[in-house]
Amino acid sequence: MLMAKDRKIPAPTPGIESQPFFDAAKESRFLIRKCRACGRAHWYPRAICPFCASADTAWVEASGKGTIYAYSVMRRVPEPFALAYVTLAEGPTMLTNIVDCDLDALRIGQAVEIVFKPAENGLPVPMFKPV
Amino acid sequence: MSIKGKAYIAGVFEHPTRKAPDKSIAQLHAEVADGALADAGLSRADVDGYFCAADAPGFGASSMVDYLNLKVRHVDSTELGGCSYIAHVAHAAQAIAAGKCNVALVTLAGRPRSEGHSGTMARPRDPNQPDQPWEHPYGVATVNGYGMCAMRHMYQYGTTSEQLAWVKVAASHHAQHNPNAMLRDVVTVEDVLNSPIISDPLHRLDCCVVSDGGGAVVVVRPEIAKSLERPRVKIIGAGEAIKHQNGGDIDLTYSAAVWSGPAAFAEAGVKPADIKYASIYDSFTITVIIQLEDLGFCEKGKGGRFVADGNLISGVGKLPFNTDGGGLCNNHPSNRGGMTKVIEAVRQLRGEAHPAVQVKNCDLALAHGTGLQLATRHGAATLILERE
Ligand SMILES: [Zn+2]
Repeated sequence: MLMAKDRKIPAPTPGIESQPFFDAAKESRFLIRKCRACGRAHWYPRAICPFCASADTAWVEASGKGTIYAYSVMRRVPEPFALAYVTLAEGPTMLTNIVDCDLDALRIGQAVEIVFKPAENGLPVPMFKPV
Repeated sequence: MSIKGKAYIAGVFEHPTRKAPDKSIAQLHAEVADGALADAGLSRADVDGYFCAADAPGFGASSMVDYLNLKVRHVDSTELGGCSYIAHVAHAAQAIAAGKCNVALVTLAGRPRSEGHSGTMARPRDPNQPDQPWEHPYGVATVNGYGMCAMRHMYQYGTTSEQLAWVKVAASHHAQHNPNAMLRDVVTVEDVLNSPIISDPLHRLDCCVVSDGGGAVVVVRPEIAKSLERPRVKIIGAGEAIKHQNGGDIDLTYSAAVWSGPAAFAEAGVKPADIKYASIYDSFTITVIIQLEDLGFCEKGKGGRFVADGNLISGVGKLPFNTDGGGLCNNHPSNRGGMTKVIEAVRQLRGEAHPAVQVKNCDLALAHGTGLQLATRHGAATLILERE
């Protein structure tokens, strides 16, 4: 049993393409980017669709539900943590951390849900915890 | 235009240092440059093409050409992380084939050991990196990204920690014969499994060393190769590719070698089964298993079984690999293993590897590498070389 502790989260630097995500995250809304031309959601969010190159993309609110695709618990650091890829219910798989959990009990395929954790600069960072 | 037979590797040099606190990075570049030129029987005045990657200090190629006081008419600073130098050899062959240069010098050097860098630390990011906000907060170091790839490979294909350990065991069998290697003790599967887990499922002994040092390669046109008094190593095929996060359609079980490998084999007109010796980038044990599958040495998912029981040990197994001890035991200059992969392949083809690990009748070799982060975005470069 190795309970994940809150660690110092390096600050994201929002830019022109990512600021709206963090504005919504401050209101606990989890946005992903979806293309209106091809209908696919993608990650990480881009102004221009990586699948069909259409500029007709928009932010949509996602369910915040997903499953663990892969993870690795970094152990040789003062505060062990789980780096992971989570596949969202909406389709895309995103890089993230699994938090608020027993790091020794994680498994691939496990159901998780969104939780925002504050980074060093106070911005909410999308992470996941077991359901 | 194919590069097959259009250029030769005439000189190689691996810096013997593993810790260089009293040398600058530029100085190390100069030492390996002069070493490789001397090996070829050439001098700085012969060089008219220069190749380097992001390890070159200052303004990269411009700073190094200035420092070395070269006069060049062709420059390439393609950056694919640790495999850049394998791609540079192919690019040098292309440039020579196109008449852009006659003698191409490729250098790599760095001192992460003296500067205290290791694979458990996240590296600083450019704020304009397009996925900075989507990567930096999550603590992607090197080892935990590769750890995720290993976790998924195990989940999907049943690969085991014991199988991963065999890669290290094979490397250690080779390193015992290399007086410059950082780790010369032969280890067992049990030793690997008993070493502490750094990031699941990778143990300390699944990880490559951190070392200072460098290396260089000299690539020349055929007429020049024939005028030199060195065994001739001909470049016959190459491939390169980049794999990435694919808009969120992630599959961590394969690498960009699925594209660079077949391209190189097609150009060379040979098959994986023809290869007598393979240099395979071994940043971590899992890297080797995934790349061997992707290059076609075994079926996808069977890499664990392929490497087990000493199959990578020279004189024992079917595919001798990294006979210098590789990144796992010998060195990993600048945290970039591509250069040493080319150098050991050239040694094998020349018959200049250590006698205890020299592959008999080694006439066809492969050097392959992955660069940057296998789990997010990485480059791959494959090179096929033939002894003439
Ligand atoms: Zn689209």
